[in-house]
Amino acid sequence: MTTYQEFIQQNEDRDGVRFSWNLWPSSRLEATRLVVPVSCLFTPLKERPDLPPVQYEPVLCSRANCKAVLNPLCQVDFRAKVWACNFCFQRNPFPPSYAGISEVNQPAELMPQFSTIEYIVQRGPQTPLIFLYVVDTCLEEEDLQALKGSLQMSLSLLPPNALVGLITFGRMVQVHELSCEGIAKSYVFRGTKDLTSKQIQVVPWLPRMPLHRAGRREATRHPSLFLQPIHRVDMNLTDLLGELQRDPWPVPQGKRPLRSTGVALSVAVGLLEGTFPNTGARVMLFVGGPPTQGPGMVVGDELKIPIRSWHDIQKDNARHLKKATKFYEALGNRSAANGHSIDIYACALDQTGLLEMKCLSNLTGGHIVMGDSFNTSLFTQTFQGVFSKDHNGDFRMAFGGVLEIKTSRELKVCGAIGPCVSLNSKGPYVSENEMGIGGTNQWKMCSLTPSSTLGIYLEVVNQHNAPIPQGGRGAIQFVTQYQHSNTQKRIRVTTITRNWADAQSQIQHIESSFDQEAAAVLMARLGVFRAESEEGPDVLRWLDRQLIRLCQKFGQYNKEDPTSFRLSESLSLYPQFMFHLRRSPFLQVFNNSPDESSYYRHHFTRQDLTQSLIMIQPILYSYSFHGPPEVSLAPPTHPYRVCFVLQTIAQWQKAGYQEMPEYQNFKQLLKAPQDDANDILETRFPMPRYINTEHGGSQARFLLSKVNPSQTHNNLYAWGQESGAPILTDDVSLQVFMDHLKKLAVSSSA
Amino acid sequence: MNVNQHTPMAPPYGQPQPSYGQPGYGQPTYAPLDSGYPAPYTPHNGPASAYHPGIPPQGYSSFTSFPSKAMAANPISDPSSPLDLGPARGPPTSGPTPVQAASQYNQHSSGDMQNGPPPATQAPPRPPASLQYNPGGVNMSAQQPSFPQHYGPPPTMHQVTNQMTGMHISSGPPTPAGPGYAPPPSSQPPTSHYSAPPQPSYSQSHPPASSAPSQLPPSSAPAGSQQYYPSSAPPSQQPISSLPPTSQQRFVSPGQPQHTFPPSSTSYAGPAPPPTQPASTPVTQTQPPFLPHQPPFSSAPGGQPPAFTTGPPPPAQGSFPPQAPPPSSQPGSFPPPSSVSSGQYPSSMPPPQQPPQSQPPTYHPGPPPPQAQMPPTSIGQSNHQPPGPQGPPSPTGPLQQPPLQQGMQTGYPPQHNGAFGQPRSPQPGYGGPYQGQPNYGAPAPTPQAQKRLDPDAIPSPQASDMPPVQKSRHRIDPDAIPSPIQVIEDDKAKTTEPFTTGVRGQAPPLVTTNFQVKDQGNASPRFVRCTAYNMPCTADMAKQSQVPLAAVIKPLAILPPDETPPYLVDHGEGGPIRCNRCKAYMCPYMQFIEGGRRFQCSFCSCVTEVPPHYFQHLDHTGRRVDCYDRPELSLGSYEFLATVDYCKNNKIPQPPAYIFLIDVSYNAVKSGLVSIICQELKSLLDHLPRENPEMDSVIRVGFVTYNKVLHFYNVKSSLAQPQMLVVSDVSDMFVPLLDGFLVNVNESRQVIESLLDQIPEMFADTRETETVFGPVIQAGLEALKAADCAGKLFVFHTSLPIAEAPGKLKNREDKKLIGTDKEKSLFQPQAGFYNNLAKECVTQGCCVDLFLFPNQYVDVATLGVVPVSTGGSIYKYTYFQAESDQERFLNDLRRDVQKPVGFDAVMRVRTSTGIRATDFFGSFFMNNTTDVELAGLDCDKAITVEFKHDDKLSEETGALMQCAVLYTSCSGQRRLRIHNMAVNCCSQLADLYRNCETDTIINFLSKYAFRGVLNNPTKAVRDTLVNQCAQILACYRKNCASPSSAGQLILPECMKLLPVYLNCVLKSDVLLPGADVSLDDRAYLRQLISCMDVAETHVFFYPRLLPLVKLESGALPVAVRDSEERLSKGGVYLLETGLHLFLWVGASVQQELLLNIFGTPSFGQIDSSMTSLPVLENPISQRLREIIDSFRAQRSRYMKLILVKQEDRAELMFKHFLVEDKSASGGASYVDFLCHMHKEIRQLLS
Repeated sequence: MTTYQEFIQQNEDRDGVRFSWNLWPSSRLEATRLVVPVSCLFTPLKERPDLPPVQYEPVLCSRANCKAVLNPLCQVDFRAKVWACNFCFQRNPFPPSYAGISEVNQPAELMPQFSTIEYIVQRGPQTPLIFLYVVDTCLEEEDLQALKGSLQMSLSLLPPNALVGLITFGRMVQVHELSCEGIAKSYVFRGTKDLTSKQIQVVPWLPRMPLHRAGRREATRHPSLFLQPIHRVDMNLTDLLGELQRDPWPVPQGKRPLRSTGVALSVAVGLLEGTFPNTGARVMLFVGGPPTQGPGMVVGDELKIPIRSWHDIQKDNARHLKKATKFYEALGNRSAANGHSIDIYACALDQTGLLEMKCLSNLTGGHIVMGDSFNTSLFTQTFQGVFSKDHNGDFRMAFGGVLEIKTSRELKVCGAIGPCVSLNSKGPYVSENEMGIGGTNQWKMCSLTPSSTLGIYLEVVNQHNAPIPQGGRGAIQFVTQYQHSNTQKRIRVTTITRNWADAQSQIQHIESSFDQEAAAVLMARLGVFRAESEEGPDVLRWLDRQLIRLCQKFGQYNKEDPTSFRLSESLSLYPQFMFHLRRSPFLQVFNNSPDESSYYRHHFTRQDLTQSLIMIQPILYSYSFHGPPEVSLAPPTHPYRVCFVLQTIAQWQKAGYQEMPEYQNFKQLLKAPQDDANDILETRFPMPRYINTEHGGSQARFLLSKVNPSQTHNNLYAWGQESGAPILTDDVSLQVFMDHLKKLAVSSSA
Repeated sequence: MNVNQHTPMAPPYGQPQPSYGQPGYGQPTYAPLDSGYPAPYTPHNGPASAYHPGIPPQGYSSFTSFPSKAMAANPISDPSSPLDLGPARGPPTSGPTPVQAASQYNQHSSGDMQNGPPPATQAPPRPPASLQYNPGGVNMSAQQPSFPQHYGPPPTMHQVTNQMTGMHISSGPPTPAGPGYAPPPSSQPPTSHYSAPPQPSYSQSHPPASSAPSQLPPSSAPAGSQQYYPSSAPPSQQPISSLPPTSQQRFVSPGQPQHTFPPSSTSYAGPAPPPTQPASTPVTQTQPPFLPHQPPFSSAPGGQPPAFTTGPPPPAQGSFPPQAPPPSSQPGSFPPPSSVSSGQYPSSMPPPQQPPQSQPPTYHPGPPPPQAQMPPTSIGQSNHQPPGPQGPPSPTGPLQQPPLQQGMQTGYPPQHNGAFGQPRSPQPGYGGPYQGQPNYGAPAPTPQAQKRLDPDAIPSPQASDMPPVQKSRHRIDPDAIPSPIQVIEDDKAKTTEPFTTGVRGQAPPLVTTNFQVKDQGNASPRFVRCTAYNMPCTADMAKQSQVPLAAVIKPLAILPPDETPPYLVDHGEGGPIRCNRCKAYMCPYMQFIEGGRRFQCSFCSCVTEVPPHYFQHLDHTGRRVDCYDRPELSLGSYEFLATVDYCKNNKIPQPPAYIFLIDVSYNAVKSGLVSIICQELKSLLDHLPRENPEMDSVIRVGFVTYNKVLHFYNVKSSLAQPQMLVVSDVSDMFVPLLDGFLVNVNESRQVIESLLDQIPEMFADTRETETVFGPVIQAGLEALKAADCAGKLFVFHTSLPIAEAPGKLKNREDKKLIGTDKEKSLFQPQAGFYNNLAKECVTQGCCVDLFLFPNQYVDVATLGVVPVSTGGSIYKYTYFQAESDQERFLNDLRRDVQKPVGFDAVMRVRTSTGIRATDFFGSFFMNNTTDVELAGLDCDKAITVEFKHDDKLSEETGALMQCAVLYTSCSGQRRLRIHNMAVNCCSQLADLYRNCETDTIINFLSKYAFRGVLNNPTKAVRDTLVNQCAQILACYRKNCASPSSAGQLILPECMKLLPVYLNCVLKSDVLLPGADVSLDDRAYLRQLISCMDVAETHVFFYPRLLPLVKLESGALPVAVRDSEERLSKGGVYLLETGLHLFLWVGASVQQELLLNIFGTPSFGQIDSSMTSLPVLENPISQRLREIIDSFRAQRSRYMKLILVKQEDRAELMFKHFLVEDKSASGGASYVDFLCHMHKEIRQLLS
């Protein structure tokens, strides 16, 4: 028997699923006592180069409220040509096309190795991908040029039939008509006025799109003037971008430029809504500063009034926060309802209002990228990363994904946490107990990447007095419908199963089936989700309590004797993850702007397990003249990658030793981390911020804030000793944390 | 009385004539003969001018602090006047109030008379302060010269000489009057034209009159005299003639009238002598008609003349004097005044008149020539002052009768009307001649006839003549009623010298007359025209007379090239010097005191310190030494450079911007309009207004097209291609861009041209038919706001804005409402939106010019709100078709874009204590009761200001008004344009009636009435007009005219055209729409009239109808009256209204003429749709096209030529403009209206 470790890895590789518990407690009460809920991280579109999609429709259970897809777990009567649904036990005849089915001639979906299978289906017209650029023109000339370059570059990456559109904004919002000869035309909207969808429809020549399907077909025939196939308007658009000017309205001294981000987005959403509802589309918003006027305004144009900080928010002193957030939420929901996703590329030294705007991306599955300037490789490469392609040459993006979860009777779905919105599909699978986005068993993910991962929380419904019999198996089916980036409509079905275990008798088994990494990430998502709506300390307290309860449940100790406390191997790292999580910017807002917090949280709730884990507990590679790099401790959380050069080495570097032949090895030393970093940079999205710093350099704080504060003013005994200077932080060290944890875990009063 | 005296004198032709001429315009009648034109003019002008002269004295005093001089002048004038003028004027104006008349006359006479006495006195005064006095002198005769001097410092010497000359002259003959009347010029010329003979005869008697001429003599007596008076004018006259040339400038208008008389007299002399007449008989004949007209209405002039009373007519006069005289006596009485004119006209008039002449001749032909001037005058008098004087006048009349006859007839008819009612019996015989209305004619005829017969031997001849004429006896003979043509031609003939503005209260020549103006302290009539140049002193008088007191101000009027535009005065950082209390600007009326350290405001009497930098010593007369170096101390019109205090927000204004907003909806594109505009703009943009022709205009331009949405264009010079920015959110308009929208033409030329090339293509396939309008103006407004500048929007619009947007309108045209009490609502805007928008526009200095191209109802009343409130214009091209309307539209557009214009203007009219500007009419906006705010003010816009008394005025100081317009010039400079105007004040109503201007009154009344339709039923408005007119005339009749039978219609000379013009106003489409007149047209006209100046309203209400005969000669043919009867089947006529231009072709025109004009010999082959005449190489064609071009050049709007063939369908439209006829919509004919008016007057009197 393979270890759980291997099993987990295998499952993840095949199905993109990581469960917190790989044996499920057989009753609700038992499940509750396990502290960490039965839940999983699911990556719907995990890249499976080895999985060829099948070219036919899935076979569905005929029961109206089930509709589960035929899968390897189903009982099949080859002679009667019927199959029993493993969720509702309905017996279904095979469709005529399966007439030749037999035990030796099974369709793929019945084979165990195809617990995940992808169907290509013919449904509706194939609409090309749509990319709508929404560009802020209130940028510094340098930034604007860089951005224009990036945009022009991106045009070359788009498939020729993709539809593109361009909206620029500053004080006004301009929607550019792309097909015109001669005079460049654009429609202009005032940046201060919220336009209803209807008002935007007033734009003439916009094909009137009734929301039903007939309209959509028509839309394809008469593409809007504002969204044109790239192959037809390539030149136009390139020129247009080339002639793009900075916002021509003068900015008086002491004022911010007037930036109508809100209206621009409103127009973009309205435009797509009117022309291509329920079609995969991507709104890409590029901003160089906060919205300063109109709906969605985050800060006024007076420079003397700074943009809101956490302090302001806590004091309820952020004037525009609620209104703006409400505005963007409404917009995000509208966009999500139509299946359009919104990316935000914000490059500015100050905040740009991501806090308010984050829901745009969170609800629609769009990206958020934050940088200092468009004129950096961070942005350029990240932006390029959006258009990265898989081994088939298709974009690593998918649109209009709908995830449906079906469970066997013993389980119900509590909710999901990730870049999705609820479709409010009530059904037998839906639990009344909500965790994350609940109350439904279907979610919409307007945009998906192979790494988009949802945390899905389940509930065991069997009562304690009627547990599930031993040896039973529970099953979950994930049905993901989406539009592939090559415009195909596909359905990916993943059906997984786990054994039930009696928590009373098989607690060891259950304990050993614990996936502490998955559990840490899932708990972290819950924490982050709570942090969005609750006060930071409350969330931390909740996390601490969960951790303590878990330790109490699974720890081996003598009461009131902290030193006796032991955790099994399967849980040994979990407290450490929690320790780092507590200190992470996902939960701590100190030293982070509201925008940064939003940014981190946004990324945390969508990355797959590995990335998430790294973000919780950074990995620090150290390099020396001797031997290969070794992982010493947590490196910077995801968005940052710091190249920390020690003091001594820095002096050498300044002296220019690396240029001297006799110090060749030194040069290599310096180069090594950079090379490694580049490797990492290439695989991450968004591109981590690469910070090259040295001891005592200003940017060293990024590193120091991430590493374990093993020496702080809290343990001054270390002061002056060889371990070097203390790292000044309010946080406790891991050691202290663990000590407290043990104490509390063994305490009977807890 | 005087007249009488004179009359006696008169016997000798010369003397009588002068007397007549002076008194009644009668003299002119004579003039006709030799100096046909002069005479006629003189009569009309004469009275006025004559009076002026009297006034001048006052004026002088007021003007310059030369009271002494003024005094001197006055005395002189007085003496002289009593002699000559007294009589002359007396008769005309006030038969009843001889005294008044006398006094007035005196004044006038002073001018006219200039008789012996004055000369002496005058002479002395002038010499003393030659320079300074010059002004004073100028007032009289020499004044003019002085003014010129004012302008140029150097002149002093010249002035002196001039004055000297003038002095001499004046001194010589009748000096005072002569010079004062400088007018002689006018008269002189005519005289010259006319036969010398008369002059000689007159010379004797006329000396006084000639005195004026005498003045002239000094300068170039020989030449001038030769021409004018040479033969006719005795030595004295000759001098006068000489004067004209030299003195012309100086004497100009003021003197002219008087002079005219003299000349006229001379002319009369000519005519009087039978011999001369023969030669001019035709002329005289024609003249007669005119003369008569004058007399009857202007009876005052002629009638009053005691002379008449003296004559036999008196008795008759009482009842029928007029009638009786009509034939003979009328001629007599009128002749003096009118006859003169007629005499003058003859030359010019003849052609047109000839047809009628036939009749006249019949009537009086005989008499006129033989009877000589004397009789006519008397007749005229008789008419006016039927009773006593008439008798004698009639005899005199006879002489003049020939010319008068026609006039007489006309004149009499009216009288007959009135008179007929009573004593008609006698008239029967005459009735025939009168043809006119049985009513009038029937009864009156006999009496008249009798009278006429009685008075003169002439009657008989007349009687004989009459019969033929009488054919249509039942009605009043149209030729017998006052003829606008006659008046116009008289005035033209009379005006031969520049009009100098130095004399206070002097009425300028008519707007139809070409004349030059010398600014000598009052604003040129091109800038300011008043209804009355002699304001009543008290509110009671004003109320009694009902004569509106108003001024028509055209602040930025363009002056002819030979006149200097207002000087720009820069007072430095302190800004213009102003009165501390009333804030009046420094002007010639300010009195410097305390050695020049302070000045006293003549408006409010407040004393203000003179700023040190402005200090200047005074000379011994109390005048600043630098008076003539400073325009603001010596001129009536000038400009100040405004300082930053006068700028909005205390910021120097940005250069203005022009924004073109073009409708590109289906209709506009289809009609070709869009491409026409775009094509034209390409070249037009090089002609934006600029102050320095060498420099590029600093005006920036922007472009917008629109249908249901708006398209802005970025034409920044750095762009390779223009960019179009569409704003579809019209509910809340904004400007999508700033930088690149308003650009300098030269910098962005390529981009702009590219844009203009592409616009028509871009919208070639448009199917959008709906348009917006409110947002279009808002867009322009917002653009100007964003650019922080003033400017002008050119909106080219086609249809009713029914698209969903602010200012959306619905079709509310409902013909059923016409004539009901609700009709007024159709003139009111549909929605308040545009009123608010207009207010915003005004605040920003955003002027809107609207070009409409409707194919159906567009609700001009509402669309026009903004243009009208912002000082903009509306142009309307109904059923626009590229081929036929392009030319008109493009010419309008060119002119509109190129014409000088000021922005963000505020006009304030300040007045001296006693009167106050109470009401304003025109295209502007008012936030309070005093400031007229004009977002834009162009050179064609006139503002009519009404004055009311709030206290008593004094005759000594007169009434002053100062119009100050603060505006931003097209180069972005902030300026103040000041116009000063001083008028006389009178305590006698007769003076008021003697010195007013009917054209201006009509301008006021029409604007008043057209505004009235907004709030009152049109019927009520019409009734009000008729009532007011009746009251004006009744008041005159009651207080100023000599006692006469109630049956007589007696009109003041100055207002004898009031009925005919008023009738035209009443018949206008606005007040009395025909079935085919759309509501839009009415609203359009209503708004159009509101900013017209006097010249425009004049031709609009009384179109100019030119018979195309004798085209080869240089002069324009004399117009004929607007009546179908005047059209000859064999003729071709040109009719212009200022808006329309018709070429009417009679059905039986000679082939040759057709060939010459149209290049085809056949009437049937003429293409009636042609809009321009073929270019043919023959003199007639060339000349005709020249005339048409010159007409167009005169008007602010291009007139499309419409060809009307007789009996053609289009003739209906043409006939609509024959305003003396009954109109299809029920408007009364001139004759009918006159009768009606007479009835009204009688009712008022009884």
